[in-house]
Amino acid sequence: MTARLTHRLMLSSAAPIAAVVIAVVLSSIVLLISGSNPLAAYADMVGHASKLETQVDILNRATPLYLSGVAAAIGFRMNLFNIGVEGQYLLAFIVSAHLGAQVELPAVLHIAFILVVAMAVGGAFSGAAGVLKVTRGVNEVISTIMLNAVVISGLSAWWIVEWQAGGEISATGGRVGTEPIADSGILPNINSWLELFTREIGLGKKLTGMLVIAVAVGIVYHVMLNRTVFGFDLRASGANPTASHVGGVSPKRMVVIAMALSGAVAGLVGMTELMNTGYYPSNPISLLGFTGIAVALLGRNNPAGVAVAALIFAFLDVSSGILQISGAASREIVEIMKGVIILTAVIAYEVVRRIREREEAAAAAAAMATSPAAAL
Amino acid sequence: MTLAIELTGITKRFPGVVANDDINLAVAEGEIHAICGENGAGKSTLMKILYGMQPPDSGTIKIHGEAVELHSPAQAIDLGIGMVHQHFMLADQLTVLENVILGAEPMRSFGRIDFDAGREHLDEVGRAYGLDINADDLVETLEIGERQRVEIIKVLYRGAKILILDEPTAVLVPQEVDELFRNIRELKASGATILFIDHKLDEVLEIADTITVLRQGQTVGTVKPEDVTAHDLAEMMIGSELPVPDAGASTVTSEVALAVDGLRVIGEGDRAVVDDVSLSVHRGEIVGIAGVEGNGQAELVNAIIGLDDPDEGTITLLGREITRFSVRSRREMGLGYVPQDRHRDGLLLGFTLWENSALGHQTEGPYSRGPWLSRAGMRDRASRIKADFDVRTPNIEVSAHALSGGNQQKLILGREMVAGPAVLIANHPTRGIDVGAQAAVWDDIREARAQGLATLLVSADLEELIGLSDTIVVMLRGRLVASLDPNEITPRDLGAYMTGAALEAEAP
Ligand SMILES: Nc1ncnc2c1ncn2[C@@H]1O[C@H](COP(=O)(O)OP(=O)(O)OP(=O)(O)O)[C@@H](O)[C@H]1O
Ligand SMILES: [Mg+2]
Repeated sequence: MTARLTHRLMLSSAAPIAAVVIAVVLSSIVLLISGSNPLAAYADMVGHASKLETQVDILNRATPLYLSGVAAAIGFRMNLFNIGVEGQYLLAFIVSAHLGAQVELPAVLHIAFILVVAMAVGGAFSGAAGVLKVTRGVNEVISTIMLNAVVISGLSAWWIVEWQAGGEISATGGRVGTEPIADSGILPNINSWLELFTREIGLGKKLTGMLVIAVAVGIVYHVMLNRTVFGFDLRASGANPTASHVGGVSPKRMVVIAMALSGAVAGLVGMTELMNTGYYPSNPISLLGFTGIAVALLGRNNPAGVAVAALIFAFLDVSSGILQISGAASREIVEIMKGVIILTAVIAYEVVRRIREREEAAAAAAAMATSPAAAL
Repeated sequence: MTLAIELTGITKRFPGVVANDDINLAVAEGEIHAICGENGAGKSTLMKILYGMQPPDSGTIKIHGEAVELHSPAQAIDLGIGMVHQHFMLADQLTVLENVILGAEPMRSFGRIDFDAGREHLDEVGRAYGLDINADDLVETLEIGERQRVEIIKVLYRGAKILILDEPTAVLVPQEVDELFRNIRELKASGATILFIDHKLDEVLEIADTITVLRQGQTVGTVKPEDVTAHDLAEMMIGSELPVPDAGASTVTSEVALAVDGLRVIGEGDRAVVDDVSLSVHRGEIVGIAGVEGNGQAELVNAIIGLDDPDEGTITLLGREITRFSVRSRREMGLGYVPQDRHRDGLLLGFTLWENSALGHQTEGPYSRGPWLSRAGMRDRASRIKADFDVRTPNIEVSAHALSGGNQQKLILGREMVAGPAVLIANHPTRGIDVGAQAAVWDDIREARAQGLATLLVSADLEELIGLSDTIVVMLRGRLVASLDPNEITPRDLGAYMTGAALEAEAP
């Protein structure tokens, strides 16, 4: 039994591992062609990543990527392509930063308030695309792209100007952004948790408390999907909307709810940065939404898979920082690696699926040979 | 006489099942060859192997005397083999023409599709075989009978000379079956070889030149229709007598369970597809709806289930008006539903059998408790359905697509019956089920009827309609045009009512 379990685990991890290996091989070729030494570059990256401080950075990067990946995955489960995670998290970020700075609340409530506002804004914004889809038949890809454009270029710029006029934005102390949130609204870092296992974290690095929230979101997502009636409805409706409708699941309702949920999780993506700096800056960390789509794809929309994918991407992003200093290779090589990983993963998953099917059939045939009576 | 097809020693295994076990089959050129056998006997699997969809584990295939190895349907098509599947494979969002030419597009320069040439060829094929269809209709809007015609045209369009039809008559009413058989004979006259699967033995005896019977993946025998009776065939298939539907003593009560009053549904082009329909079904009663496909039965059923809102009229379930209720609340009130198209409306093909056995009832015990699913409850019910409804499967962990067509149908029926509905809408409930299992299903429905189940039965099988129903209403162009006593009507007469011929004769 355990042997079979390990075999199954190996099969399911075979695809992502194969994807990473192929990506390493291909990028080595690219590096060789461009005249760099791939081994030196990888050694630099791995060496850098073995430092505790770098690992903190990787986790801090993986946290928003994971949330963004889960947001995309919720949509994918319903065959919805929420390409608007990008706009949703930036809008949620700016609104919750603004409102969070306006209120005075005791610590826990203040933090909860900010997170709830972020989720509500993301959810409403994304839910709107869902409503457009079911009432007007607007494809969610189109509507979320448009809404992205509105947020990314329009709203943010407009609000920043507004707030500047109101004196809310100051450039003092090198800070350009919304008014800072009081300490009571800032989720504390969890350095002490990590330090339990290792030494003290140096260089002023802080491990984001949002990591805990992200893990919680992953668990809730898993339980919701697999253990609740709602999750059954969601999976069923995504797999066969007409049969599910006959089975009492309104496809329109599910589209709106799935979009809203996806947006609500998206709303949390920007919170890692907000809880670190305390304000919405003029140049927030962006592109997390688009990367999340790739993370969801690599992680097969499943909570644990998305976590692994987020960690892989975060590792590549962060550890490649050393290349700029060491000069072993161009840092952009990791972008090539990410692309190759996604492409090969898609192919590798299909190959593994076929292998598994064939194995099942062979196992059945073997079982049959020993006990023909078990045919039916 | 040369052999068009010669299969020798074909074996095919699936997890837990030997679907084909050393099967031999010889089909002469230009003959109509029927394949019979109980659900899960391996008929579809054998046909899929012949069509290159699934590789056999062992065995050889000879086409026109030449040994071939088929790896894909494309190869089979090149050899002049075409197949119409048990479950249609059409793209809903495309037109008839687009579906027909899909994968065999006539090309103009620069890779543009030549739709005119396609249309011309399509019309030619349609005329040659008397298959009438509008090339520009969206497949989504077609009734099942019309979809089948599209599937057949699609195969002929590709120049098939060996035609495989998997349960082509399951969806048709007698008049349509006659027409299909006329087409088949015409095809044969023009030199085609036809292989078809059918559960209705009298049809098989009428049209086939040769009959091969399968049982549990093995060939039981090959016979000529003139040498056997339907009883002999049934015995070869299931080892027992041919069952006949029989309602038994009436159990109709005076209590109305389902009432439809003045229902109108407006379809495309402002035409009423359901036109002022009123009917009631009492506890313990089975009301049969007869009609040629596309006369508003589907829309009527959709309105009762809650998939579409009617434009006028009311629906009352167990004394409560439910005209605007959601599908879910209707189901929770005790409305059971066996849909017509099991793949589109009844199953989650990629999900396990135990998940499928909860679909439509997932908000109720034992499938769930409050917001939480109960996997134990789901598995428990699934095992019960498997046992009580004789769903042939190695276990309930396999996904629904691994079941044979008839066994999928039994799973759906079982799911709706074990939920203990107060009202059951059964749309072609025994479609694709073998004669043995059919009898069991009829027994189940009768038993539930005795316990007070109200059933609205829509069926293309007129024997079943007449045999089971307490009352039969005929639906024609959206209206209920006649209410008949099943004890006093023959299938032929009923067919005449369905096409409107009887009404014209009656009119002064
Ligand atoms: N893809 C599959 N995976 C696993 N098992 C399968 C698969 N396809 C068919 N089977 C099994 O093979 C057996 C034969 O199935 P097949 O579909 O050929 O039956 P059939 O004779 O066409 O029955 P029916 O009259 O119900 O359509 C069944 O037991 C079925 O469960
Ligand atoms: Mg079949």
